[in-house]
Amino acid sequence: MTSTSLPPILKTSHLLGIEGLCAAEVTALLDLGESYVAQSRAPNKKAALLKGRTLINLFFEASTRTQSSFELAGKRLGADVLNMSVKTSSVSKGETLIDTASTLNAMRPDILVVRHQDSGAAELLSRKLDCSVVNAGDGAHEHPTQALLDALTIRRRLGRIEGLTVAICGDILHSRVARSNIRLLAMLGAQVRLIAPRTLLPAEAERFGVEIFTDMKRGLAGVDIVMMLRLQLERMTGAFVPSAREYFRFYGLDREKLGHAKPGALVMHPGPMNRGVEIASDIADDLEVSVIAEQVEMGVAIRMAVLDALARGMS
Amino acid sequence: MNAPNGKSGRLAFRNARLIDPASGLDVKGGLLVENGRIADIGPRLFNDAEPRDPEIIDCHGLVLAPGLIDCRVFTGEPGSEHRESLASASEAAAAGGVTTIVTMPNTNPVIDEPSLVDFIKRRAQATAKVRVAPMAALTQRLAGEIMTEIGLLKEAGAIAFTDGDRTVANARVMRRALSYAATFDALVVGHAEDPELVEGAATTESEFSTRLGLPAAPALAEAIIVERDIRLVELTGARYHFGQISTRAALDAITAAKRRGLSITCGVSAHHLLLNELDVGAYYTFRKVKPPLRSEADRAAMVEGVASGAIDVIVSSHEPQGADTKRQTFAAAAFGAVGLETLLPAALGLYHDGHAGLSQILAALTATPARLLGLTAGTLAKGTPADLVLLDTDEPFVLDERTLHSRARNTAFEGRKFQGRAQMTFVDGECVFSRAASRGPSGR
Repeated sequence: MTSTSLPPILKTSHLLGIEGLCAAEVTALLDLGESYVAQSRAPNKKAALLKGRTLINLFFEASTRTQSSFELAGKRLGADVLNMSVKTSSVSKGETLIDTASTLNAMRPDILVVRHQDSGAAELLSRKLDCSVVNAGDGAHEHPTQALLDALTIRRRLGRIEGLTVAICGDILHSRVARSNIRLLAMLGAQVRLIAPRTLLPAEAERFGVEIFTDMKRGLAGVDIVMMLRLQLERMTGAFVPSAREYFRFYGLDREKLGHAKPGALVMHPGPMNRGVEIASDIADDLEVSVIAEQVEMGVAIRMAVLDALARGMS
Repeated sequence: MNAPNGKSGRLAFRNARLIDPASGLDVKGGLLVENGRIADIGPRLFNDAEPRDPEIIDCHGLVLAPGLIDCRVFTGEPGSEHRESLASASEAAAAGGVTTIVTMPNTNPVIDEPSLVDFIKRRAQATAKVRVAPMAALTQRLAGEIMTEIGLLKEAGAIAFTDGDRTVANARVMRRALSYAATFDALVVGHAEDPELVEGAATTESEFSTRLGLPAAPALAEAIIVERDIRLVELTGARYHFGQISTRAALDAITAAKRRGLSITCGVSAHHLLLNELDVGAYYTFRKVKPPLRSEADRAAMVEGVASGAIDVIVSSHEPQGADTKRQTFAAAAFGAVGLETLLPAALGLYHDGHAGLSQILAALTATPARLLGLTAGTLAKGTPADLVLLDTDEPFVLDERTLHSRARNTAFEGRKFQGRAQMTFVDGECVFSRAASRGPSGR
């Protein structure tokens, strides 16, 4: 069986963001991801769906879980996977992104997975390359596979997304995860709340149809899901918060604050975590409430689904 | 003489002119203090009481008003106790009718840590005669780079956030600090002088500064920052108070901002109400203040601002300096003048000159600062702490620095004729100052 004989899922040949997808496409990706969870848990995890296809991982920013997750997803579907290390490539010698794109294009990959520190990088590459481009995170813009894996995690745990109340807490200003999640969760009918100090809220955030809170306890009242974000110190010019201890005191998730959420509320974090900054260790490690490890597992499954879906559109 | 004490018992005032700007009250009557709190107040209270009762003070028609709240007091504690300690500042405050001093964080070390706010509160509790409400720094070490832990500092008891007499030069830092403060609904108190424009300047740029040959900065250094900060307040939604302004341009900008509904207020110091740039005279360093004394037109605008209500509060901008910092050439001398004991007499000058009513002047010294800072003081309402001043609005006197209670005596008003001052001051119903007692048996 080749991928092109399966029914199509995506209308476009790239996955650049949640923006641009419709609810039907997202739901189909989640359904497909569900099937790959089973495959990933089986002793023989390998399929031949992408046999002969080449996948290039191009990561301009360091990443452990996303890069290895895409690598595993590609390999489990039978593709040849090449990890381009930016540090040792000519990109670090001053080559422009467009030049890098034409070089890669000449190698005839089928899928390029790209992570870049600047917003719009994946979009730019998609216009210059003949292959499919998957955005694995661009600046503070989008990280669509993270939002999809979060949705898959929620759906498997709570059976649905529609009607749930989800609080996204922390450094929303610098977060592509927040932006993708806001779009996806709203699309599937969840109520989204943003909780952050005003310095970490982006301009006009209320225009995204979310509720905004600067008081975490009030923001967490009655929520089904608490999604914590990492304080992205590396993206900050100057101080947005005065200290880690003050941040933890007012915006770190501890037992007391979590007590305001709905009983049995789930805690998520895209990783890597700063323990004692945005989340207390005992919560991160509490398997009753934390689904952080499950998010990583769903990451591989959803990326297999994305690669599968993109391959279906290839000639 | 044993001072009457209503802290743990009863103390009554009769035959007073009661003025409570918070409620608009201005009547003849009496007031009862029980266990440190105002228990009753009314027009005919104690009219028939036996006047020789030791628990009853006959006010002989003098004004009984809420004790003053001075929103801008620099002390030397911690770090420069030889200039002023919390205890010595509180002596000066009590003598000036001031029952709450709002202290600035410009000490050594800077008050930018919850533990230091706690230190000020404990020291005040142990040594000061009046209430001390500490402000904390807005940026760490007053360096203008990173905002302080506003949430934790507020929990520790900081009532507002300011870099004191320093302006946060960097607009990005200021934007973040305001935005962060708004998160905690904290009041930010700003100082408006463009730091680069005033660098090295000792006075206001004018014909007079040219004649004196002093390094000077244009007065618009103030309006530039006032206008910048108004824009930033509009962007961030912060609550903002200009600690003191001194120019018409700043006043006009603030008046317009208030009309637009922004949460912006401002204060003015007694110095800028009474003195102008010419008072620097022959390089008189005790009149070197920050911001510097301005033109007569600007001074008149400040008086007008208080009269119209556009200026919300009047402050002393009490800044003790010693011989080491003031006995210098004008350019080398430190900025600042003491003012706790001249705040009330100076403000009363506006009343005597017919610029504003007595209740309005007192409002700018009591009810309005209390509202801005969220203090329970500044009112004669039943149940509130009995922080009171008994004042004679008419008593004439000539200021003699030797009679000041402050440890530092760098007053800008030496030899000035005033009319009206505090006769007795009470904190929690306890008499902390009595002019009759301080004069001693031989009188004045």
